[in-house]
Amino acid sequence: MHGFANPKRFLSLARWLTPLLLVSGLVLAGAALAWGLFVVPPDQLMGETVRILFLHVPTAWLGMGGWTAIAIASAAYLVWRHPLADLAARAAAVPGMVFTAVCLATGSIWGRPTWGTWWVWDGRLTSMLVLLFLYFGYIALAQAVAREGGSSRIPAIFGLVGAINIPIINRSVVWWNSLHQPPSITAGKSAIDAEFLVPLLVAVLGFSLIFGGVLLARMRALLGDIQAEARLRRKANEAA
Amino acid sequence: MSTLKPKHQRLVLVVIALIALVAAGLLAAWALRSQASYFYVPEEIVAEPPDPGRAVRLGGMVEEGSIRTLSDGVTVAFVVGDGEARVPVRFAGILPDLFVEGSGVVAEGRLGPDGTFLADNLLAKHDENYVPRELQEMSEHQKREVVAETEGGA
Repeated sequence: MHGFANPKRFLSLARWLTPLLLVSGLVLAGAALAWGLFVVPPDQLMGETVRILFLHVPTAWLGMGGWTAIAIASAAYLVWRHPLADLAARAAAVPGMVFTAVCLATGSIWGRPTWGTWWVWDGRLTSMLVLLFLYFGYIALAQAVAREGGSSRIPAIFGLVGAINIPIINRSVVWWNSLHQPPSITAGKSAIDAEFLVPLLVAVLGFSLIFGGVLLARMRALLGDIQAEARLRRKANEAA
Repeated sequence: MSTLKPKHQRLVLVVIALIALVAAGLLAAWALRSQASYFYVPEEIVAEPPDPGRAVRLGGMVEEGSIRTLSDGVTVAFVVGDGEARVPVRFAGILPDLFVEGSGVVAEGRLGPDGTFLADNLLAKHDENYVPRELQEMSEHQKREVVAETEGGA
């Protein structure tokens, strides 16, 4: 772990890993979406709207995965004080937020024909919307700290505390009666027919790779910012 | 404690904070367990009927063979059950596409004085099963075979 925590080693690894993850992720996710749009048969009840599954489920999982990554990186930063862990948490926030927003939008579009409503305030939908607002808050806080100067421990603590919402989202359909259906995929079992499940898992893999690629790209950009700023400050000091 | 390195001290602190957080979250979820539900199931409606006229939601399965259209031509009557209790429901309006017998439904409305639930709005509830249309037309026996094949192959 500490080998990769060296920024120089991280950069040399991320330089070739970033395009690899992005390209393979785009290919897999694009293929899975095309598969879902054109190949998969309609569902017995939902008909054609089942095709939105291949975008909704991966984005939902990665929206939650994004905050899980923030929480793990934040805990690592709080304990080991390594700047790369802080960068990883900040870098995970934007793709996590985008995936959460896409999940909410696709779910709403699916809900209109399936349930007969765009939105209801049930446990699952509400807790997922709370996650989106947590992302807004986290990103604003992390940016304010980075710009105005302040301890990175503040967003890290926020990232850790906000993680309490993740198990709530996951369990919301089990604990409470909700309009959203209970989980289809539980440990080792699936209520989704193989014709839907296989492209779904390919889509999950593809979007996960994209998430990883964006995470690394953003970490490189944030590191670049820090280095550029340090160089400018050094130059300014030399000139003075 | 005093012999711990600062790094380990922080690790202990973070672990304690995480345990406290999880405990707080579980307590909150436990306290919300009935209030945060989106609807009541028939068993709850029958055991503790809400005041007549109070807006509530009723959710359950539309019982097989219970949907009928009343003589006025627009009002639909059906029975919502959960295996424990049954509540008759009446609704006049546009039915969602997924509203079929044996499927889940959430009715928004209130309980009438005679124990009939008067719905203002119906929401169809989709369950966790995703089945291609071709499989639906097969007999139960064929379905089991296909499922056994796909599960064996997976």
